[in-house]
Amino acid sequence: MRNAFADELTKIGSEDPRVVLLSGDIGNRLFDKFKAANPARFLNCGVAEQNMTGVAAGMAMSGLRPISYTITPFVTTRCLEQIRTDVCYHELPVTIVSVGAGLSYAGLGPTHHACEDISFLRSIPNMKVICPGDAFEVRAALRAALKQDGPVYIRMGKKGEPVIHDKVPEEFKIGRALQIEEGSEVAILSTGNMLPEAIKARIALEAQGISTNVVSFHTVKPVDGAYLETAFERFRLVVTLEEHSLIGGLGSAVAEWAVDNRKETKKLMRIGTPDAFYKISGEQQFAREHLGLTGWQVAARIQQELT
Amino acid sequence: MSANKTAAPNIADLKSQAARLRGKVIEMSHAAKAAHLASSLSCCDILTAAYWHVLNIDPANSADPLRDRFILSKGHAAAALYATLAMKGFFPLEKLESFCMDGGELAEHPPANILAGVEAATGSLGHGLPIGCGMAMAGRIKGEDFRVFALLSDGECNEGSVWEAAMFAAGNSLEKICVVIDYNKWQATARSNDTLMLSPLKDKWAAAGWDAHEIDGHDIGALVELMSAVPNGSGKPVAIIANTVKGKGVSFMEDDNNWHYRAPTAEEVSAAHEELGLK
Repeated sequence: MRNAFADELTKIGSEDPRVVLLSGDIGNRLFDKFKAANPARFLNCGVAEQNMTGVAAGMAMSGLRPISYTITPFVTTRCLEQIRTDVCYHELPVTIVSVGAGLSYAGLGPTHHACEDISFLRSIPNMKVICPGDAFEVRAALRAALKQDGPVYIRMGKKGEPVIHDKVPEEFKIGRALQIEEGSEVAILSTGNMLPEAIKARIALEAQGISTNVVSFHTVKPVDGAYLETAFERFRLVVTLEEHSLIGGLGSAVAEWAVDNRKETKKLMRIGTPDAFYKISGEQQFAREHLGLTGWQVAARIQQELT
Repeated sequence: MSANKTAAPNIADLKSQAARLRGKVIEMSHAAKAAHLASSLSCCDILTAAYWHVLNIDPANSADPLRDRFILSKGHAAAALYATLAMKGFFPLEKLESFCMDGGELAEHPPANILAGVEAATGSLGHGLPIGCGMAMAGRIKGEDFRVFALLSDGECNEGSVWEAAMFAAGNSLEKICVVIDYNKWQATARSNDTLMLSPLKDKWAAAGWDAHEIDGHDIGALVELMSAVPNGSGKPVAIIANTVKGKGVSFMEDDNNWHYRAPTAEEVSAAHEELGLK
């Protein structure tokens, strides 16, 4: 996802002179092409995310379209008040792009994990929250975000995740879930970097004769009410899947929607990370397995729920 | 947009303007029973120098992309900013009567997006300078020639984000930014230097790479001279440590931190106006 972001940004940078990239001292060499083409519009803001976010706000007040970028906890939680007060309260077109969703950087320890950021940012008025499911969705999300006149948060995984789409999905729209696989009994609503696990889960479920629908529910705010309306009618089970805490993420957003819209909430099943810091060393795939988040484990949990 | 740079200020006129501004702020505090009167009074000379001489602004065209920006980063002095903007004609003077009233637009801290002349919503400290840095950087990127002034309180310099921005501005040689610190030696509940160590404040800004100056913050002539000169050829952002007195202009409020939260009675308003020569 990261390299797609840098590449798409380079293209957009040549098309739109308002686009400025603010980096929190990461992305060594990653943005070389953007920098070479737009030296005045790349700023390494150092390890100072509060200032970086305030600078982005000031730029947006002056007609630019800044993007602030660094590792997830530092570009969200570390500068949360600047996001809330400088960016969202002023309704500014600032795009916050984070790398390292959920347990992407599992090996770096809980300081670098990000299982609460959706919850924090989703609660701020005017903020839109997008978690692209693969590199092509990152490209689409970035273009869509920069067309907004208000704040957007794009939560990326890292680099090298499986690519799901074969091209940039033309139908990508903020607030509209993307259909990935058809199915009739269970729906898996996956947000962000869990999409490959959702597809693996579907394979396992289909092998057991359970017809499974998969969507990339990339926008957590605003939620796709039209899709949810259909999902709660059509499916026996509506499963949210995210590499994020069950407190405040996609599962919470869907639960809130279901309660508010008087849906049959017993159909809803939420899968995400527990309310705990993950303190064991090891890489992302190990952590997922340890927490029951791999596709096969997700399938088993769904199957158990259906029996 | 540096038209005022060479015009000589009429200091006597500016002093009477500052007195009228103080008088208005005291009336507003009384009517609204609003806190932060003393913090507002300590920066009235700075606001007067900025708005009545230094800034290139046009109240009739408050969104002009080439205007100078003034950010009241110490948002708790909103009453002083509101009175300044109304007196300059950004909005009608009568609007000041709605200060802190139910259903109005003039809250205790400056709001976002609804009031002409308010560049940024402030009130949480340490936000104005980073925003100002973004504005100045945008001016550079877009080739727009304007300056950015940010008024900070001394207590505000407790915030780490101020120093992040100080390093950013110096590192990028943002010579069109000027910080004015209203150094009244008090924060909400204690002497500033007994709370966290600010001193030596000028040296700290200089060490951070700023062209730092320390002056009497009630000397309108000195304020005008330094602020008008921005960018001053040093190639650095400019910091003005303005030594001020909290509650300045009213003997029974000066340097008495009870007036951080107290609002004056009708009798005290009258006595204050008399001292300010407004009767």
